[in-house]
Amino acid sequence: MNNSQLLKGSKKERELKELAFLTILYLCVTVAIVTLMTLIYDVISTGYSRLLSDYELGLINKVTIDNPKDFLTSLDSRDPLKAGIGPAFAGTIWLMVIVIASTFPLGAGAAIYLQEFAPRNKLTRFIELNLTNLAGVPSVIYGLMGLAVFVRLAGFGRSVLSGGLTLTLLILPVVIVASREALKAVPDTIRQGALALGSTRFQAIFRQVVPSAIPGMVTGMVLGLSRAIGETAPLIFMGALTYVNYYPDTPLSGFTAIPIQVYNWIGYPQSEWKDTSSAGIILLLGLLLSMNALALIIRNRFEKDW
Amino acid sequence: METKITTKKELDYVFTVRDVSVSYGDFTAVKNVSMDMFKNNITAFIGPSGCGKSTLIRSFNRMNDLIPNAAVNGEINYQGINLYDKEVDPVQVRRRIGMVFQKPNPFPKSIRENITFGLKVNNMTDNLDDRVEKALTQAALWDEVKNDLDKNALDLSGGQQQRLCIARTIAVEPDTILMDEPCSALDPVATKKIEDLMQILVKDFSILIVTHNMQQASRVSNYCAFFTTKATDDGRRTGELVEYSDTKTMFTNPSESLTEEYISGRFG
Repeated sequence: MNNSQLLKGSKKERELKELAFLTILYLCVTVAIVTLMTLIYDVISTGYSRLLSDYELGLINKVTIDNPKDFLTSLDSRDPLKAGIGPAFAGTIWLMVIVIASTFPLGAGAAIYLQEFAPRNKLTRFIELNLTNLAGVPSVIYGLMGLAVFVRLAGFGRSVLSGGLTLTLLILPVVIVASREALKAVPDTIRQGALALGSTRFQAIFRQVVPSAIPGMVTGMVLGLSRAIGETAPLIFMGALTYVNYYPDTPLSGFTAIPIQVYNWIGYPQSEWKDTSSAGIILLLGLLLSMNALALIIRNRFEKDW
Repeated sequence: METKITTKKELDYVFTVRDVSVSYGDFTAVKNVSMDMFKNNITAFIGPSGCGKSTLIRSFNRMNDLIPNAAVNGEINYQGINLYDKEVDPVQVRRRIGMVFQKPNPFPKSIRENITFGLKVNNMTDNLDDRVEKALTQAALWDEVKNDLDKNALDLSGGQQQRLCIARTIAVEPDTILMDEPCSALDPVATKKIEDLMQILVKDFSILIVTHNMQQASRVSNYCAFFTTKATDDGRRTGELVEYSDTKTMFTNPSESLTEEYISGRFG
């Protein structure tokens, strides 16, 4: 071969192909980002005026018909400019508290048992398989179950307690799977190290393995929670109210939640309701994004490099 | 007269091993090992990969219990007590017989908490600070970390982490330390520190070390056991003890030709 051809290949052609392929990948990312950004821009541009009225912006000092009162705390109303998200916001907070209180012990307990104690046999594998399946069950099915079990059978009525427990069931499989992954990520050498010092199995698991896995478990829990507060279908099936003009004051109060409220508003014909709905969506998005950010922070802050 | 000698000898042994085989399911990892290990000495297990030396050392503090299907047959007597007797509590066994692992495995907590964990689970909570200092001093780590006791142990270097693991092991006052290739993840400088440390620790503890490194075995140990693998009828390989003698003899005048071949680097 002529020496001038040595080490020379089809470099130009290859670079062109690579560029074309990278452009396609770039476009894929752009479509996703642009869609999200358009959505957020649209919602914010229509909703911000309702979320922060002139009164709250400090431009005027009195609430009038033209300058509606506080959106976050006022009650629902037939007038789109007066309607506030107060009861729905409170309902969502109630739901979050109930979901956290019931998911944490149940999810962590089930994950610790399955990962650390359960014998590796057919029954365990069957349970594991079904956990994964449960995570994929459509959320309305959980609504039907909530209606049958919590509303009717347990007699909690169409209350915020029933709603919270229904959402707990909905996210429990996801939380258990995430918590198990966190436990699985703790190296076996930690368990062995603890046992080699003369600790019992319980001491090794509850004083070394579980504390090391807590950040991962909490991250899974927060992500599950952010899914739960965005859910509408199971709550509607379960019988959450759509027009609520009071704050829920006990776990057995009737309630509504932000996504239901938004769904309800958006069905009205008057164009002002669009602004009100958008304001509700901004609030929901803000809640979801801050929870996802919290999950990210916990993961980065406490992530361990074994 | 003869009885007296036997009694004295038994007291000098930390482990007496009789016809021990360890298997996982239907696979025998190491079989028919019989040997006596002396107190306050360093006994090294050497041999090629897969010869069962790690498996064997893990049965000395019942760490093999953690592996499903693992079974130990034969007798491992520790100070005259069969470790696999039904009455024996593995937690107590591990408290008396500590273990240092191949890869440093400090808990992802502070240096202090790494030491106090073992003390707390063993109810040795009096004078915690003194015990922490004593253990770290014994492990030749105190001077390097005395101002950083609350620093995360994972921030230490590999060699320091391994000495921390030794410190937390000796903090609970065992009488025997098992070391499963403790230097294989360390550089030569850190390795030398651990080897020097072993020479100091052997005054207070009986030490068993598994090592791939023959030079290390010849440097640190008083007694040496050479294992190798032999093909069984079903084509799998099972570990066997080939020779067990004092280290000097093994490295200068081995009685088995297999040992000589391995030591001179002709196989393995």
